[in-house]
Amino acid sequence: MTGFRTLLIKEVLRFWKVSFQTIAAPVLTALLYLLIFSHVLDAQVQVNGVRYTAFLIPGLVMMSVLQNAFANSSSSLIQSKVTGNIVFVLLPPISHAEFFLAYMFAAVLRGLMVGVGVLTVTVWFAPLTLAAPLWILVFAVVGGALMGSLGIVAGIWADKFDQLASFQNFLIMPLTMLSGVFYSIHSLPWFWQQVSHFNPVFYLIDGFRYGFFGVSDAAPEKCLAVALACLCAVAWGTYTMLRRGYKLRY
Amino acid sequence: MGIAVSIEQVVKDFPGLRALDGVSLEIAEGEFFGLLGPNGAGKTTLISCLAGLVRPTAGRLSILGHDVIGDYRQARRQLGVVPQELVFDPFFSVRETLRFQSGYYGIRNNDDWIDEILDALDLTAKAETNMRRLSGGMKRRVLVAQALVHRPPVIVLDEPTAGVDVELRQSLWQFIRRLNQDGHTVILTTHYLEEAEALCGRIAMLKQGRLVALDSTHNLLARYSGHTLTLRLGGKAGLPAPFAGKATGAEGRWTIRLGNLAEVEAVLAGVRAAGGVIEDMQLAQTDLEDVFVSVMQDGKSDVAGVMR
Repeated sequence: MTGFRTLLIKEVLRFWKVSFQTIAAPVLTALLYLLIFSHVLDAQVQVNGVRYTAFLIPGLVMMSVLQNAFANSSSSLIQSKVTGNIVFVLLPPISHAEFFLAYMFAAVLRGLMVGVGVLTVTVWFAPLTLAAPLWILVFAVVGGALMGSLGIVAGIWADKFDQLASFQNFLIMPLTMLSGVFYSIHSLPWFWQQVSHFNPVFYLIDGFRYGFFGVSDAAPEKCLAVALACLCAVAWGTYTMLRRGYKLRY
Repeated sequence: MGIAVSIEQVVKDFPGLRALDGVSLEIAEGEFFGLLGPNGAGKTTLISCLAGLVRPTAGRLSILGHDVIGDYRQARRQLGVVPQELVFDPFFSVRETLRFQSGYYGIRNNDDWIDEILDALDLTAKAETNMRRLSGGMKRRVLVAQALVHRPPVIVLDEPTAGVDVELRQSLWQFIRRLNQDGHTVILTTHYLEEAEALCGRIAMLKQGRLVALDSTHNLLARYSGHTLTLRLGGKAGLPAPFAGKATGAEGRWTIRLGNLAEVEAVLAGVRAAGGVIEDMQLAQTDLEDVFVSVMQDGKSDVAGVMR
């Protein structure tokens, strides 16, 4: 598995060398969200008996994990494809599974680093509890893996940067922004509550938040089952793409 | 000598284009093999099929007996490819790039060999420099180094000297020649026919995805042996009719292929009789460029089955 190990280290170093842009910047973005929304809503809103700022923090942390995991694998692959240096990982005897796992785990790591960063700068704004810490970790890893895999799909599918931006802006952003990061879906009209149940990111955010407060919109076991099912489906799809050489080996 | 590379009836179709049309050839271990052809002839597609970057529509390729699809991991271990495009990863230094490339092939602690390659390619002073800061020639050398980190027995160089200055071209030739002498099988594609003539023991020529010539460089040159006579004519008279049909060129400068040297006198006599004035004259031996032009103009396959 040394091919896997090397590719993983290379992928981690790739984002680590520009960590100001890949880690510090998304942490700042999340902090700005928190400052603005808590300033406007903290005095007026409570969700499930929790202060709005406290409710918002896990949502922002998980949103950052998901968005950055996606950004890592997708941007690495599209950059390599556009500049042509993807050939360096296509020529060696790296198996499809090694290729997939290396890109996915690097994405999870970037997601987790950003998540820890966001938590570190936001935790001072409201008292947080840790009702079930293991659930927090499990949902962060599964969510990062799911989005990292989706990032591989998007990075391989897109031929140009604007196609990747479309994928990000018209699929990933709506799915994360409308997943309950900023609100409980119980506050939505019935129709939109039902629609939200078809959004897999809702289960990731909800399960992750359960780890902090011990309360959630859906049962955490159900959240985990949906998240794992989605991860398996996307991972299988990604592996199949790689095995067939879709847009990588013509 | 075993067979280093075997290519059997390889066809590659892209939408609206047959890039390779039943190419078959074998390359023996230790050969220095040239793959020639005009742009779009299918050279890079063929090399990409060998490297597993392109999947053939039909046919079979193997490297030292390992099928490039069925046994891709072993096949790729045997092969080092220097790509045509000047590609690099801007995040890393030369040494990091070479360490990663070693790791992709499952080789750890490869620094001794990396240092040796860096030295041979005159890159030692740039080992810790970021790839972005290297000149084009340096980047080209790093590409060669990357292809060698796993000590592959078969090395493919896809136009390694394109856009490279004369000095670097000479040093790359020397380096590649040394690799071949050390026992590596070398496959070279190039636009510089002088390069192929100087380096390659055997040559294949591709045209529109088909193999149109496959023979030793010596035989190819011998088959089209002879001389060419280039004349610059002054005065009003042009080239006399019997020679004009065999000549190429225009505006007073003509090149005539001669069957033998005795024909020189006949051409000169003809020009004199027609009242032409010879302002300049050159007599040259046929080189690979003449062979290439003839083969490409002729276009018929000169290959009977699979030859070695």
